[in-house]
Amino acid sequence: MEIISIFILCIPLFMFLLLGLTGMKMSHKLAGWLGCLGMGTVLVLSYWTALSYFFGDFYTAEGTRATLVLWNVDWLQFTQNLVIRLGFMLDPISAMMLIVIPTISFMVHLYSMGYMEGEKGFQRYFAFLSLFSFSMLGLVVATNIFQMYIFWELVGASSYLLIGFFYKLPSAVSASKKAFIVTRFADLGFLLGILILSYCTQTFDFIDITSAAVANYEGGVASYTGPFSGILTSFSGMTFLGASTLTWALVLIFMGGMGKSAMLPLHIWLPDAMEGPTPVSALIHAATMVVAGVYLVARLFPLYLLEMSAMNIITIVGCITAFYAAVVACTQIDIKRVLAFSTISQIAFMVTALGVARPEIHEGLGFMASMFHLFTHAMFKALLFLGAGALIHAVHSNNYTAMHGLRRYMPVAHITFLIGCLAIAGIPPFSGFFSKDEILSAAFENHWFWGAWLMMVAGLTAFYMFRLYYMIFWWKEHDCSHHTPHDAPAVMNIPLIFLAAVSCVAGFIPFGHFVTWNGANYDIHLVPWVAISSVCVAVLAILLATKMYIKENPVPDRLADKFHGLWTAAYHRFYWDEIYMWITHKVIFQGVCRPIAWFDRHIIDGTMDGFAKVAQWSSLQIRGLQSGNVQFYVWIYLVGALALGTIAWLCLL
Amino acid sequence: MDKLPLALYIIPSIIMFCCGVYGFITRKNLIAILISLELMLNAVDINFVVFNRFLFPGQLEGMMFTLFAIAIAAAETGLAIAIIVNLFRWAGNIDIRDLNKMKF
Amino acid sequence: MESVGSIVMYGIIVAAIIIFSILTVTTRRILRAATYLLFTLFATAGLYFKLDYEFLGAVQIAVYAGGIVVLVVFAILLTTKPGDASVQLSSRRRIFGGAASLLALAALGYAVVSRAGFWSTLRGPFEEGFTMNHLGEVLLGTEKFGYLLPFEAVSVLLLACIIGGVVIARKR
Repeated sequence: MEIISIFILCIPLFMFLLLGLTGMKMSHKLAGWLGCLGMGTVLVLSYWTALSYFFGDFYTAEGTRATLVLWNVDWLQFTQNLVIRLGFMLDPISAMMLIVIPTISFMVHLYSMGYMEGEKGFQRYFAFLSLFSFSMLGLVVATNIFQMYIFWELVGASSYLLIGFFYKLPSAVSASKKAFIVTRFADLGFLLGILILSYCTQTFDFIDITSAAVANYEGGVASYTGPFSGILTSFSGMTFLGASTLTWALVLIFMGGMGKSAMLPLHIWLPDAMEGPTPVSALIHAATMVVAGVYLVARLFPLYLLEMSAMNIITIVGCITAFYAAVVACTQIDIKRVLAFSTISQIAFMVTALGVARPEIHEGLGFMASMFHLFTHAMFKALLFLGAGALIHAVHSNNYTAMHGLRRYMPVAHITFLIGCLAIAGIPPFSGFFSKDEILSAAFENHWFWGAWLMMVAGLTAFYMFRLYYMIFWWKEHDCSHHTPHDAPAVMNIPLIFLAAVSCVAGFIPFGHFVTWNGANYDIHLVPWVAISSVCVAVLAILLATKMYIKENPVPDRLADKFHGLWTAAYHRFYWDEIYMWITHKVIFQGVCRPIAWFDRHIIDGTMDGFAKVAQWSSLQIRGLQSGNVQFYVWIYLVGALALGTIAWLCLL
Repeated sequence: MDKLPLALYIIPSIIMFCCGVYGFITRKNLIAILISLELMLNAVDINFVVFNRFLFPGQLEGMMFTLFAIAIAAAETGLAIAIIVNLFRWAGNIDIRDLNKMKF
Repeated sequence: MESVGSIVMYGIIVAAIIIFSILTVTTRRILRAATYLLFTLFATAGLYFKLDYEFLGAVQIAVYAGGIVVLVVFAILLTTKPGDASVQLSSRRRIFGGAASLLALAALGYAVVSRAGFWSTLRGPFEEGFTMNHLGEVLLGTEKFGYLLPFEAVSVLLLACIIGGVVIARKR
């Protein structure tokens, strides 16, 4: 298992180097198949690793799932305590991610063979995909928080490279810069959080931190005397601005997660990131990278349990983001933007589920539900994105005003997209129903308000997804005499069909047997009234969408006119981008940077210039002394020596 | 064995040195300047010898220094004359006032 | 008591040194200056002889008088055009230079005359055993008060000067 785990990380890295360095010499086909082959190998290996972990006999004495560290090498050792290690950790959530990431990545590789055909830089694209897969796998198997941070940044960098893949489009370039800067800004918080946390705990290691936290949570601070008992007591009593240091550390770390997972108010990069190729959006900006924030919180979950205020912040941020993104998604025209906002909303679901998880009320159901939703969402959102990619490929436009009535021409895309919509809307027996239902019951058990709120957002989700679906596939088709859209080639259809199949059956996985917050077994049981009411809300929302959008009619426009202010605000995403522009340009650039720049240019530079001017002026004045006449110099020297001698003599007198 | 005091040997050397300084400052011909330089050097040599003889008659430091100073003076003169000849070939004369290319 | 001959000898040497030094720097003809320099150097050698440094006096005559002055004379002959009378020195130059060197002379002279230490007399003859053999051993010795290293350094310096002189003065 150790050797295989090394290969899981090394193969994508090797493919990145191979395709990146020698890709220019390869044909497109060869590069594509090499990429697929590499990713396929990784897929097999990581499936083998994850499945042998889940079905093997890796249990602790208490009957919970054990955490395995397959290898952990010292990478940088600064002092005795400050060691940065690189390792491979296998526990329920990382094993689950080992299934999700290679699956999606392989599907995207395969799909890209068709989607990117003939694009310039095809080999570069596959090299970046491999780099991303490597970074993401390294992130999820990290044994310590610093390794996670390293791969976290690598993921951000590869995301930047892939968003800006069409680097000749100005919009793609600015989108990639935006994504990088916003997430980087959030990572500043992450780094600060890491520093605070590791300063207080004297360790980076996840196992040390979380096992101490678990013990503390279950038995109270005083009763735990395990090997890491000293780690968390160093936090006690330290406060900053009225909050405890641990809260600060956790909230700052969550800020990094907010950046990557596009939570309000750091979500602005994700819709713009859709400028990248669509398969990239499916892989990075729907299924894997954007859930890194959720994964991060899940990874440190026992620690968050110690600080209810941090948990409440997470819950509130998740709830607000979920609602906001869902409302905005109802008004967007660009198909990928709708999917992007729906992604934000769904990730916010996961975050909220983590935030409401309390082991004492429902055995940490929220954690399990969040991971379950992460899993199913990865599948059906990748499906939706790939389906959208197929549509864009067919009609060469992102706007679904250009797409009406496609169901007749593209049956495969139509059916798979419909399955994706049903899954995300939460209609049984598709996967989204089960995971979303777990989230709702977890929220209801925490407080009825969170549950009701999330149920409303779930209804909105169903509504905007079916609005999208009807407007693409149903309305009266355009005059397509010059160009008839048709289904994509097989290499693009296979991933669609596979993911659709997974979305159909993934809900029946007994997820609680595999992933829970402490590794203990948990039997999923549907809470009947929650399940029934959520299905009712979803069906009602779908019916409403059907009524409004099944064919072209004036009702939506009339509604938009009636709630003009709300509609316009939602259409402009509640002016978040404008607010950011205003803050950065007007406040920071004009208000802060300008005066500082003026100070720098006139006062500091002016002082230096003044010195230079004085030196120049005086040298011009005295340069006559340097006449080139050696005898004059000697004379001066002699007189000077005499003067010095006189002074010395006078002093001695 | 005479009983002349030290100062009587030093004073001629001082006069010689000041003559060298005067010559160095006032002469225009490069070779004349070189000659003045030799005068100054010679004055210093006398000092070495005299001090050695009067203060440390048992040792040879001053004499050795003079010996090496003479050798170095010879080398220096040879080189300086090479430069002067070259300058003469280049500029046509060796008047120091015409050689002020090192001016600002 | 000092012997009269010794004092007369001293007087002659010192008078020669002072007179010829002054003449060296005041004469207007460059070739004469070289000649007066030669006399000054001879007088210096006489001083060395008087102080019992016979070897040093010999070296002074051989290297300075025989070598350097001849070099200087050759250089003068090479760089002076025939019938090239040297010009009158400007008075301003002479006044400034003279003032500065007189000042220096006064300062140094005062320093020498005012110190009682300078009026001490000769402490005694050389110790026994000071011979040319001893001098040679000191010059090439490596122990304390041995001068092998400076000797070698000077030899290298001389070699460098030979090469440098050849390179600089060579016709291109």
